[in-house]
Amino acid sequence: MKEQVDYAIKMRDIKKTFGKVVANNHVNLELKKGEILALLGENGSGKTTLMNMLSGIYFPDHGEIYVHGQSVKILSPRDAFQVGIGMVHQHFKLVDVFTAAENIALGLDGKVTVNRKEVNQSVRELATKYGFDIDPTKKVYQMAVSEKQTVEILKVLYRGADVLILDEPTAVLTPQETEKLFAVLKNMKKAGKSIIIITHKLHEVLSISDRVAILRKGEYIGAVNTKETNQDQLTEMMVGHPISLEIERPKVKRGPERISVVDLTCKNQDGIKVLNNVSFSAYGGEILGVAGIAGSGQKELCETIAGLYPAIGGAVLYKDKNNKDNIKEEILGLNPDEISRKGISMAFVPEDRLGMGLIANMDMTDNIMLRSYKKRKGIFVDRKKPKELAKKIISELEIATPGADTPVGRLSGGNVQKVLLGREIASAPSVLIVAYPVRGLDINSSYRIYDLLNEQKKKGVAVIFIGEDLDVLMEVSDRVMVMCGGKISGIVDPKEVTKEDIGLMMIHVDGQEEDRHE
Amino acid sequence: MNKKYKEPLFHMVKRDTISQKEAWRIRIIAFILSLVVGGLMILTLGHNPFKVYQAMVVGAWGSKTVIYETIKIATPLLITAIGISFAFKMRFWNIGGEGQILVGAVAAGYFGLYTAHIFPKVPLVFLMLVSGMLAGGLYAVLPAICKAKWGTNETLFTLMLNYIALAFVKYLMNGPWKAKGSSYPKIGMLAKGARLHKVLGVHWGWILALVIVVISYIYFSKTKHGYEISVVGESNDTARYAGISVKKVFIRTMFISGALCGLVGMLQFAGADYTITEGTAGGIGFTAITVAWLAKMNPYAMLVVSVFIAMLERGANTIQTNFKIPASAADLLIGIILFFMLGCEFFTTYRLIFREKEEQHASYIK
Amino acid sequence: MLHTLNSLFIAAVLAGTPLLLGALGEILTEKSGNLNLGVEGMMFMGAITGLAGSYYYEQAVGTPNGVVSAFIALVVSFLAGSIGALIYSFLTITLRANQNVTGLTLTIFGTGFGNFLGEYIGQKTGGYVAVGEKTKEAFSSVHIPFLSDIPVVGKLLFQYNWMVYFAIALAIVMTWFLKKSRVGLNLRAVGEDPATADAAGINIRRYKYFATLIGGGICGIGGMYMSMVTTSGVWVHNCVSGYGWLAVALVIFATWSPARGILVAIVFGGLTIMRMYINIKGIPAQIYDMLPYVATIIVLVMTSMRQSKEHAQPKSCGTNYFREER
Repeated sequence: MKEQVDYAIKMRDIKKTFGKVVANNHVNLELKKGEILALLGENGSGKTTLMNMLSGIYFPDHGEIYVHGQSVKILSPRDAFQVGIGMVHQHFKLVDVFTAAENIALGLDGKVTVNRKEVNQSVRELATKYGFDIDPTKKVYQMAVSEKQTVEILKVLYRGADVLILDEPTAVLTPQETEKLFAVLKNMKKAGKSIIIITHKLHEVLSISDRVAILRKGEYIGAVNTKETNQDQLTEMMVGHPISLEIERPKVKRGPERISVVDLTCKNQDGIKVLNNVSFSAYGGEILGVAGIAGSGQKELCETIAGLYPAIGGAVLYKDKNNKDNIKEEILGLNPDEISRKGISMAFVPEDRLGMGLIANMDMTDNIMLRSYKKRKGIFVDRKKPKELAKKIISELEIATPGADTPVGRLSGGNVQKVLLGREIASAPSVLIVAYPVRGLDINSSYRIYDLLNEQKKKGVAVIFIGEDLDVLMEVSDRVMVMCGGKISGIVDPKEVTKEDIGLMMIHVDGQEEDRHE
Repeated sequence: MNKKYKEPLFHMVKRDTISQKEAWRIRIIAFILSLVVGGLMILTLGHNPFKVYQAMVVGAWGSKTVIYETIKIATPLLITAIGISFAFKMRFWNIGGEGQILVGAVAAGYFGLYTAHIFPKVPLVFLMLVSGMLAGGLYAVLPAICKAKWGTNETLFTLMLNYIALAFVKYLMNGPWKAKGSSYPKIGMLAKGARLHKVLGVHWGWILALVIVVISYIYFSKTKHGYEISVVGESNDTARYAGISVKKVFIRTMFISGALCGLVGMLQFAGADYTITEGTAGGIGFTAITVAWLAKMNPYAMLVVSVFIAMLERGANTIQTNFKIPASAADLLIGIILFFMLGCEFFTTYRLIFREKEEQHASYIK
Repeated sequence: MLHTLNSLFIAAVLAGTPLLLGALGEILTEKSGNLNLGVEGMMFMGAITGLAGSYYYEQAVGTPNGVVSAFIALVVSFLAGSIGALIYSFLTITLRANQNVTGLTLTIFGTGFGNFLGEYIGQKTGGYVAVGEKTKEAFSSVHIPFLSDIPVVGKLLFQYNWMVYFAIALAIVMTWFLKKSRVGLNLRAVGEDPATADAAGINIRRYKYFATLIGGGICGIGGMYMSMVTTSGVWVHNCVSGYGWLAVALVIFATWSPARGILVAIVFGGLTIMRMYINIKGIPAQIYDMLPYVATIIVLVMTSMRQSKEHAQPKSCGTNYFREER
């Protein structure tokens, strides 16, 4: 069973299916000892599934895995630790009510009791060794995103992993934090660790990795040395054909002010201000991008405007295109029903598509009528018109579904988003708020979504686009508003600033560092 | 790694879709299995299961009298099950059917016992009907308000209300409503003239139950209210997003749910028992939960299931006299059937893939 | 007056013990993320089997030994509760059935099981089932030399039946287990966030099964207390009658802490027997009977008004975990 010893990991002819979906097929992957390998692929190309078979979450239907030349069967995360593999998942796997140290010690073998002091001490030592800054006694729910990531990485190191897998680690970080992370990763590499980093951001691939392995639609395409490749080649390998990754930003004359938010302030259940004197306006015919670290108040902002989150102060003034008198109407404090009864057409695509925007177990017809069923008079619902509309949306947006009677939960992520966006656009809104509209979507679907947003912009709709990928935000938006700790740290023209400038604004307001922990 | 290794024997995969026929095949197999387990139990008691089951069927359908009895059991069960399904459809775990039945009976009892000499029959029955429903409805609204406002656990709340209603009935039996001249605590009987008419041998509650089946079916599937109940049941966030007031739907739906249970209380009082005891609800509120669940909240299916359960309960009385098997066996059997039905749903959503099969599976793609 | 208060306290402890046992079982169960509403059913199962175990032991041997009889009752009731929990676990953990409905069904099943068996054994033995003197003795108050003789304190603290001390010791052990032990930490992780525990290499199924089974067994012991102590070893139809549900409520009031459970159990035990000790003119006995239930509702509403992150129900409670979901 001896293989070449140079390889920390070898995966041979791996296959994994979920029901009828083939997530990985004939995948071969090699990780050399002491290298940083970037695993590149679109959303849905099977990167995470492949890595989950190394970390013991999934078991391959077929294929072999070798660790340091030894054939291994990884049936559980425990087995993975035993062969020295540790994975930092994209959605952090941390228990909120535990301390950092408790999370790190979780699931380990040892004495009957857990000696908290001892664990705290060794966590501190480990952190110092790699240049992390962490308080082991802090509870996870009080932590900022980057701190949580640190805990995750320490958890893996604490278990003595010499192969680290990081799944989209930069998605939640500012450009500055990303650089810090990369520095740590380089430290680890020096210390002899082998690292796989999953990403779909090309410039990061080029800046951190030694080699790049590419997956496409679950299949292994190949691996190249980072030094010998470039963005265009990688893109082509990733997508399958040459494609321009530039996002169109059509020139449209800025229209009238559609919505203005004045001194909006909200508190959450714990009494913390999640929105703090937020003021801005959005105009017809523009895309206003909203940037910020996750949890900086984006969600609350959207929901407050949509009438779903209570505010303690401020105003939201709305000027609907159907309002002939050009009067601004105050909509703060109204619930969605009252807003729609005022004749205001505002569309909102929430972040949680199947938990708020749509109902997974209902068919498309019932989902389409979700926001409009009330308009019909009488006590009965009418399913005829929504069904027609559903069929129209299916054909116009090329939604892949067996039909309007299929529960939307059965559709793929991209199609779910098309159903949601299609319904919202169909209401002919004056303002369209979209939260993380391309999260989890493959490149084709993402570009289709950008096109749809641009179409709306051309129609004179004020589009508010909450995003996480700064590159995308800066390309698609006419203006970018940066949020930090519930405040607005500035609204900038993306053509005139750099990504680093925006990155700084994400953690600073008026030159002051925000306490992001609250 | 020298670790001993065993590939998992099987793993589970979600089915894409399953035809209704296939799903029902699975459910029928599970149902038969549950009867087999029940039969084994009877066997260990030293009886012939076939004879016992046969006695149960005959005991429920063998003669006019027992058929009347069976329908008399099925009617309140059906209405309560529909009432409870209103709440369950929006994932509101109303297990307070017992209490709602009791307060319905008490409210109806007040008019029935103390105003029978004032009102003629038709307005009196109407008064009992309305007051019973109103009482049951209001009793159910209380937990709905707290759930809507603070997210108070409704399971325990509704359950505690059962015991409070029960204590209240006992209080009435011992004190204020105690029948004159009775040596032990009991409430007097409803005057003969005020009792519900019989249609084909059973009080007209059964006709009302059939009407409720049809109306509730339409309500669930065709009306805005029904649609709102489904949306709230799936996700409160989505409901708010759609402009549905979750609070309003909670309260409105729970009122209906409680009112139907209250109606049962009135029917039990004015149509079946003619008095109120601590046994007026007699576990109907709990059995109705199983009826609603087995029928997957479909009113027509609830009709079938409630008749079936009524048969078991009626039949259990027969086997108690014929075989000396305690009547609680019915509860036991209902529990077993429900366990099997709960378990079998798994096989309608998932299928197992065994080790050997995987290799074949691997070869069919490409 | 003081005398009345003393007797009230003693009675409260006696009445609170089955509640405490039920609540402890449910706390352990919920810590694994299983919301088992079948406590009432499992208590019924424990109540009848514990009683039957002792009864048949007595019948089998000529001169029964009280300690052995009590031990048999303990083991048998634990097993019966575990079997109830096993049905629940198999349906919810392996077959992913709805936890709420499965728990309710277990209550219906367990109630039927208890009453059925109670009546059945009663029928066979000519009327009713009751244990003999030796067993009764084993479940009566203990006398601890010296300690029980301390004035007042001795009576208040050191002369209960062994099950009271058993329940309190269990609560303390469980507190230590959940707070300090490694397995306890893992178990809490399973209940809070199974996906995280899974990724940390914890065997979710095993933890869930074990916690639920042991929890169910403890509930069964609580039921056995009802038939052996509360009704003094005689089978009474419907003897658990709502105590299982009160135990479920106690879990909330104890904010999932076994140690706090002791206190809350005594308070609620007190409420259930108050009418026998405190008589206020004009308030009939049946109104007193409402007290524990009314109090439950009030505390339920109050606790729901202020949400706490840490002293709350384990987050995954009520939902089943399945790894390959996608």
